[in-house]
Amino acid sequence: MAVKEKKQAVPRVKMPEQAPEVRRRNFKEVPLGLTDEMAMTEASRCLQCKKPACVEGCPVSVDIPGFVHLIAEGDFAGAAERLWQKNALPAVCGRVCPQEAQCEGNCILGKKGSSVAIGYLERFAADRAREQGGGALPEVAAKTGKRVAVIGSGPSGLTVAGDLVVKGHDVNIFEAFHKPGGVLVYGIPEFRLPKEIVASEVKTLEKLGAKIELNSVVGTTITIEELFEEGFDAVYVGVGAGLPRFMDLPGENLIGVFSANEYLTRANLMKAYLFPEYDTPIARGKNVVVLGAGNVAMDSARTAMRLGAESVKIVYRRSREEMPARAEELHHAEEEGIEFVLLTNPTQFFGNDEGRLVGMECLKMSLGEPDASGRRRPLPIEGSEYRIDCDLVVVSVGAKANPLLTNSTPGLGLNRWGNIVADPVTGKTTKKGVWAGGDIVTGMATVILAMGAGREAADSIHDYLTRGW
Amino acid sequence: MFKIVNREEMAQGTIILNEIEAPRIARKAKPGQFVIIQSHEKGERIPLTMADVDPDKGTITIIYMVVGKSTASFSKMAVGAEYFAVIGPLGKATHIEKRGKVVCVGGGTGIAVLHPITRALKEVGNHVTTILGSRNKDLLILEDKMKKASDVLHICTDDGSKGHHGFVTDVLKDVLAKDDISLVVAIGPVPMMKFVSSITKEKGVETLVSLNPIMVDGTGMCGGCRVSVGGETKFACVDGPEFDGHKVDYDELSKRLRAYQEDEKKSLEQFEKKA
Repeated sequence: MAVKEKKQAVPRVKMPEQAPEVRRRNFKEVPLGLTDEMAMTEASRCLQCKKPACVEGCPVSVDIPGFVHLIAEGDFAGAAERLWQKNALPAVCGRVCPQEAQCEGNCILGKKGSSVAIGYLERFAADRAREQGGGALPEVAAKTGKRVAVIGSGPSGLTVAGDLVVKGHDVNIFEAFHKPGGVLVYGIPEFRLPKEIVASEVKTLEKLGAKIELNSVVGTTITIEELFEEGFDAVYVGVGAGLPRFMDLPGENLIGVFSANEYLTRANLMKAYLFPEYDTPIARGKNVVVLGAGNVAMDSARTAMRLGAESVKIVYRRSREEMPARAEELHHAEEEGIEFVLLTNPTQFFGNDEGRLVGMECLKMSLGEPDASGRRRPLPIEGSEYRIDCDLVVVSVGAKANPLLTNSTPGLGLNRWGNIVADPVTGKTTKKGVWAGGDIVTGMATVILAMGAGREAADSIHDYLTRGW
Repeated sequence: MFKIVNREEMAQGTIILNEIEAPRIARKAKPGQFVIIQSHEKGERIPLTMADVDPDKGTITIIYMVVGKSTASFSKMAVGAEYFAVIGPLGKATHIEKRGKVVCVGGGTGIAVLHPITRALKEVGNHVTTILGSRNKDLLILEDKMKKASDVLHICTDDGSKGHHGFVTDVLKDVLAKDDISLVVAIGPVPMMKFVSSITKEKGVETLVSLNPIMVDGTGMCGGCRVSVGGETKFACVDGPEFDGHKVDYDELSKRLRAYQEDEKKSLEQFEKKA
């Protein structure tokens, strides 16, 4: 048997998880992590391709064969160091990246059998290094004397900060909230990404010399013009998407109808699931409906279940095939008892005398011809109205660009949706000295794509600071 | 950061003034804008419109009534204590221009929010008539400062212990009948703003109100502070906090403000037990 066939014959590792009936009522992380032996066995399945397709699939070009090989050899600290060369947030990426569409989706082993569990291995190496006190820090170049302001401490901002601080620039990160991490702390739930992991990755950046100014809303507390006046040489804007979308349906302002942003921010950033130990309350619905079918919708539905709901439904106007959430998230949600009500669209919400939500009306849908997005267009079936009783609805149908910063920055080009126009390769905006990346440029996307944009922008900013615009 | 440099008790200790170090905010803040404030890491983010700013000293002033757990925990903080977070300035500033004769109507802690707006309206040359209301004379705040900021000052108390015995709307009706008023600014409890707006709407007098709905981030991100204005949904944090008083759906706002009534009660009881 050739090496390749032998390796295909070894089954892909399964990560142990909390049982669905237990985890659906707690906020602890769902997958429990690999043991040393499991990680080494899994790592040894890697073919160590000469031209690794997995790396091509990674928006930040992690040396995947390199770090996987080090795990196979038992050099976990070495593996973590190799990861850090290209990725400031490996413990985060190992958990929330859509690997099946990126590195693992390109893995040669996956063509006939199952791909190497690169995400699990990334998580493993980063977790081991953190448990052992953080591991070795990357080397920092000599100070250049240049100062960079990074606006937003989400995945793209942290990546830019990490890259530039290592290249010897002074970096100040400005964060509007009272905690760093952006969507990683307000959006992604504890059971998918423990907040101590984000805190630890941020601490690593601080150890490298990056400074974080919390409670600073750039655009109001301080403007980009003022940052330049204060002596910053370059600015990176990674503020995320910002404003929640609603559906403009009658009754949408009833008590009990939330945006996913509000619902998740209460639960995650403000820790409302620990109310009254924490002061921020959150509505605990008995019968919960989440509108939308992306990862954020799954996070909202699973949060509602953990907050004690009797039933949680995902209501989505297309079919299972079109649901945009990762397969793993759909699978986890279903295991936890989340019900998928497909080909269904809400038309209005009903309230009681106190203005509290008591139900919603829906229409059944059928799928017609493909639309501009290439997906089959959902069409309402006339006369199919029916009622779903519910006391909590989370609207999770996307976000649009927040104008707070862009409105206060003359010379910053925007597209017709209010997103910042930036060069797709370098991240340069139309304003000299200003770069942008992540959701404020692309609209809502993934953590790793925001990091990829941050990486490109950091390289371009470094060029500018050392060679000129 | 965010150290309390001055603390005053007003209205028999039920209303507290805090002057807080926040130099960046103090440099930028304009009348009508608000801050989000959090007393400790486990605390709630509470929106409060600034009552004053001192850009030279680098301080902002907030005035709040002790009503729930968060404000109760704020009220325990002495001079020298630090707020965990103060974020701002947020929201749109009041549009200040010379209109001629204007009326400023304030109720309860709304008077604190009204003060910088009144002062600014007078500074640009408006003739300012101010009407202040409170339950009784002991709960009335900022009387002297409002007097200074106004050309004419009327006081109303529910129990008649000072000034006119009755509501601000009684006096407002008189003023509107006698004078040609071009703008009314009303800030106070939702029912007060609702009744003021219904009177001015009849007379066709433009009216601004400042809303304080439940809010989390204050930057437009969460959408929790949505209010219906003229049939459209607006976010009070970025589209407001001031709106055309004739167009606000006050009944919806009142209901939404009661969203967490039960939780708030529980939270306050637990806090009082500990204290």
